Amino acid sequence: MTEAPILEIRGLSVEFRSEGAWHAAVRGVDLAIQRNQTHAIVGESGSGKSVTALAVMGLLPQQSGRIQSGSIMLEGRELIGLSEQVLDKIRGKQVAMIFQEPMTALNPTMPVGQQIAEAVRAHRCCDASSAWNEAQRMLDLVRVPSAAQRMRDYPHQFSGGMRQRVMIAIALACQPRLLLADEPTTALDVTIQAQVLSLIEDLKREYGLAVMFITHNLGVVALIADCVSVMYAGEIVETASVNELFAAPKHPYTEALLASMPRVDRDGQLEPIGGIVPSIREIGAGCTFAPRCALAIERCHSMRPPLMEVAPERTVRCWVRGVAA
Amino acid sequence: MSATTAVAQAPQGWVRRFRNNPTSLVGLAIFLAVILAAVFAPWIWPVDPLEQDVVERLVGPSLAHPLGTDSFGRDVLARLLHAGRISLLIGISSIALAMLVGSAIGIAAGYIGGWFDAMVTSLLDVLLSFPTLLLGLMVVAMLGSSVENLVLAIALTELAPFARVARAPTIALKNRDFIEAGRALGFSDLRLVVVHIIPNLISDVIVVASLWLAAAIRTEASLSFIGLGVKPPTPTWGGMIREGFENILDAPWLAVAPGLAILITVLGINLLGDGLRDAIDPKVRND
Amino acid sequence: MSQTPILAVKGLVKRFQVGGGLFSRPAIVHAVENVAFSVPAQGSLGLVGESGCGKSTVARSLLRLIEPDAGEVVFEGVDLLGLSKPRIRSVRQHLQIIFQDPYASLNPRRTVAQTLTEPLKVHGLQSSSEINARVAAALAEVGLPADSARRYPHEFSGGQRQRIGIARALVLAPRFIVADEPVSALDVSVQAQVLKLLDGLRARHGLSFLFVSHDLGVVRHICDRVAVMYLGRVIEEAPVPDIFDQPLHPYTQMLRAASPVPDPKARFALPRIIGEIPSAVNLPSGCAFHPRCPDAMPRCSVEAPPMLEVAPGRRVACHLHSASGPAENSRARP
Repeated sequence: MTEAPILEIRGLSVEFRSEGAWHAAVRGVDLAIQRNQTHAIVGESGSGKSVTALAVMGLLPQQSGRIQSGSIMLEGRELIGLSEQVLDKIRGKQVAMIFQEPMTALNPTMPVGQQIAEAVRAHRCCDASSAWNEAQRMLDLVRVPSAAQRMRDYPHQFSGGMRQRVMIAIALACQPRLLLADEPTTALDVTIQAQVLSLIEDLKREYGLAVMFITHNLGVVALIADCVSVMYAGEIVETASVNELFAAPKHPYTEALLASMPRVDRDGQLEPIGGIVPSIREIGAGCTFAPRCALAIERCHSMRPPLMEVAPERTVRCWVRGVAA
Repeated sequence: MSATTAVAQAPQGWVRRFRNNPTSLVGLAIFLAVILAAVFAPWIWPVDPLEQDVVERLVGPSLAHPLGTDSFGRDVLARLLHAGRISLLIGISSIALAMLVGSAIGIAAGYIGGWFDAMVTSLLDVLLSFPTLLLGLMVVAMLGSSVENLVLAIALTELAPFARVARAPTIALKNRDFIEAGRALGFSDLRLVVVHIIPNLISDVIVVASLWLAAAIRTEASLSFIGLGVKPPTPTWGGMIREGFENILDAPWLAVAPGLAILITVLGINLLGDGLRDAIDPKVRND
Repeated sequence: MSQTPILAVKGLVKRFQVGGGLFSRPAIVHAVENVAFSVPAQGSLGLVGESGCGKSTVARSLLRLIEPDAGEVVFEGVDLLGLSKPRIRSVRQHLQIIFQDPYASLNPRRTVAQTLTEPLKVHGLQSSSEINARVAAALAEVGLPADSARRYPHEFSGGQRQRIGIARALVLAPRFIVADEPVSALDVSVQAQVLKLLDGLRARHGLSFLFVSHDLGVVRHICDRVAVMYLGRVIEEAPVPDIFDQPLHPYTQMLRAASPVPDPKARFALPRIIGEIPSAVNLPSGCAFHPRCPDAMPRCSVEAPPMLEVAPGRRVACHLHSASGPAENSRARP
């Protein structure tokens, strides 16, 4: 590893307020993403994956969410503690985010060309007509057919997949270094998903982006990720390269997740994971997964395991499996 | 369930939320005070509101007459309390009538849909395009001004909002999965509407009812003020204001007392209505 | 032993009118066009496809929650589409439905007990001891504790609500269940729990299923046969796993290739997928898939291919597999 990572998160903890008290929604997240690398964060509901991305963007709900501790370094610059004005300049220019539902992220009363141009002007101070041309170039880049005509269309005139491309165009309009993608293809049909994923992959290579890709779908992870972090109940429980994670998962939750996924390429027994994910109010003292874990020993219930490095670039949060090979 | 989404509130928690909101409690207190004063009027101030006393006319506030007397020598406090009874009675009856009839129309239109819905919506739009007071005025002018007709007139002015507030959720609900599940289980349309749809929109309707009660009282006062309300000598707040206006230079307290009464009542009802709405249907909550 | 299917659908058609006003004719959405399939007794048929293919419309048409414009739905020998309203109500005990959204499929103001009891009362069961017994049995079947009966839906998680929905479908002891994307809104680990539950129910009660889904992995796991729909038509029907291991129709191949698999070694260049799904208002001429088909022949834009049995139990609607074969004017397939 020669270059400094574009994004480096250390010990990030985020709290949410629920019924008057603050509870940890994300605890002690460490991760680093390089240029031209797709780092997938995979987890189920309540794992804290979306919260992590929102924290990086500085978009936590003001009244009920706060970063409790940790550091988020974007190209070597600390983001936590920056004022809203400074963050505004960074958002869109250095880091951009795309979401699951493009219909709610786009302004329904403004033509898409204008929305992309607006993003361009917000960060590049150019005049209206060059912004428009640039916007059209972006629309073409995201492979929207007949881009010139479609610039004047409204979001509702586009299909779901096309809207998602518009959102990508807006996100990349100012050539950010980091792209956060929060379940961008979950609401799309499978064939459209394939097209959008392939587009993101191509753009990543062209722009040298660092991509944080959040999803609950392990199949998508296998398709696009270079590096994977698995999250459970607010913590990262395992980080590995994509090949290693699928070939030899170490954390019991990762194993259980893989065993409970029905696959289209082969038959097999489904092994559901017993129990349910604990809510943020119910996190106990020991390992968060211990109540549901087949391998849990005495220590797992009383002491929270730290992230342990079992091989270069490979960490596991587990008393049983976290021993170096 | 992501912590960042607005948490769906349990419908059953509304009592607690209501109790926790001081503004709602103030509204409730005022409203109850007004109601109790009206109900127990004869016991609180056992003076005949209709008894005239030519000697004691236009007397200022005193011990015997805490709010003075009017141009006929009648005790203003007694009239105020009794007027409260009438105004509240008319207001509450008209709201109840509007709520029942309006909601029924709205639910029917929403559930049946198609041309029936289109027709009803057009009629409602026509109704809504009339200024409230004008509508009430027309009805009373046509039917005459008795208490019953007044209730009818005011109910008519409130019909459309109820129909609207019942129609929208009906349309949203009738295609919801649990209604479809009911159909799949063989439930009749009537059962679906009565057992499943109505309980899910009752809270919205009640909130509207509480907010429009204030409007009903104001409408009654306005109609009485212009002389189309309940006929004298029965006291109503609007009528008292009218009489007060006629003597505004000599005895200003005659107009002020009923005006304040209306103000306080409407304020209490509005606070109560807002509180109910916030408790029953909180959107973005900052705990 | 003759295997009469428990459900046989023929020539199902449903069109919707959209838009149109005083001066313009409404557009017609061809949601379902001439759909035919059958479900063997105690069997499970998967209905897969993407947005606009009509699978949900088909599912609802079977129970007449949507009234089809034409066709036959023969359930246990009786055509449901010809029945009168009152007769439909009594048939409804035997044919039930499970929905996708666990948050919308239960009435938030009714307790679980009320939700489960109501169908029993509506269908004439009066004795409260019998009712309570059935409710308790349904809850036990879906793995929920007995005290769930007293609680309201908001007190349960998504997976648990889905179980309540299943319990509601079971309480009338149906013989056929239409499951419309029952696990799509659930987390992966919860999905597995519910799928295992459905598997178990099928085995214990000899239920037959029509399983609508867009997720091929789920369908492979739980279904015996699959029918693939595209723009309102069934374009391929075959047993599992053949349809996934050797898809015949180009669309099925595209669907299969695009479905993510949790194996990075299976990561190849994402398939070349042309264009988007056209709207169901202006259907392409001939074969609806031809504008996007990598193997399209001139014939495909002119003539809609009929559904033909090309091997025992395998049916495809594609000129590449028609009797005359892809002989004239065809491109060799890679």
